[in-house]
Amino acid sequence: MLELLRQPWPWYISGAAIAFIMVLLLFFGKSFGVSANLSTMCTIAGAGKRLELFNFDWKTEKWNLLFLFGSVLGGVVASTLFQNNEPLRLSAATIEDLKRLGIVFDGELNPSQLFGAEVMTSPKGILVLLIGGALVGFGARYAGGCTSGHAISGLSNMQLPSLIAVIGFFIGGMVMTHLLLPLLF
Amino acid sequence: MKGLKYILTGLVFGVIMAKSEAISWYRIQEMFRFQAFHMYGIIGTAVILGVTAVALIKKFRLKDSKGNLITFQDKDKRWQRYLFGGMIFGLGWALTGACPGPMFVNIGYGYLAMIIVVIGALVGTYLYGLIKDKLPH
Repeated sequence: MLELLRQPWPWYISGAAIAFIMVLLLFFGKSFGVSANLSTMCTIAGAGKRLELFNFDWKTEKWNLLFLFGSVLGGVVASTLFQNNEPLRLSAATIEDLKRLGIVFDGELNPSQLFGAEVMTSPKGILVLLIGGALVGFGARYAGGCTSGHAISGLSNMQLPSLIAVIGFFIGGMVMTHLLLPLLF
Repeated sequence: MKGLKYILTGLVFGVIMAKSEAISWYRIQEMFRFQAFHMYGIIGTAVILGVTAVALIKKFRLKDSKGNLITFQDKDKRWQRYLFGGMIFGLGWALTGACPGPMFVNIGYGYLAMIIVVIGALVGTYLYGLIKDKLPH
């Protein structure tokens, strides 16, 4: 059993499990959406005193913070108990494209060039992560949700605005991938 | 402890995201280059099953664990915020390879540099709160 769990999980298992998480949260009386936690953290840091967007009782969102904490633990479990040492099976075309950008495929989940310890000593590396994160945070709040809130919860409820948001995710993602990454790296 | 079920649900979510490699920067690049079905398979399966589940919950008027009818809020109908916000989000998603959930799962996985991405995301969230009245919604 453990051996089976250690293998990379196929997409259909993962997709079904994500739908199950969404439904489970609905039965808890909650709505699946991770980026709301970023607002809650701003509120806890005191942003509610200055800005109306963050002026809410964070305790109503405590459940979501606990969910987020659990997901960090999930990362720990996946990298220890369920660890496998085989390299990621990335498509050859992607490996080739990234090589042209100067990013080496190292078989891990994330390139050490961008996320390894050496990044901490590179101003450019830190800036890339900070700006990337800021775009995600700003965009998620502007769009009123992220991948979980729009692509999963919103599309499951057949919300046209969520479809527009997901189309937006892909426009932005393709602009970054095909136009901006070659300039950055 | 009442909160334990949320921690456990999150834990399962984190394991799913990591084991299906949805937290991988490489997989997100592969997705935005349309070079593999993997990420589309994950999102597609989740949405097809999600649509079915939500339709059944509505049809049979199912109740949550506290006995309240499960309801769904319609998103407001204006489109600008979804398109523009979505595009900005997508730029960041492709650059960092991480949307908000995977950022945190990655930290647990051992990618501590993701803490910088989270700090960026908090700054971005705050900036939106700061200038939101000047933006088209």
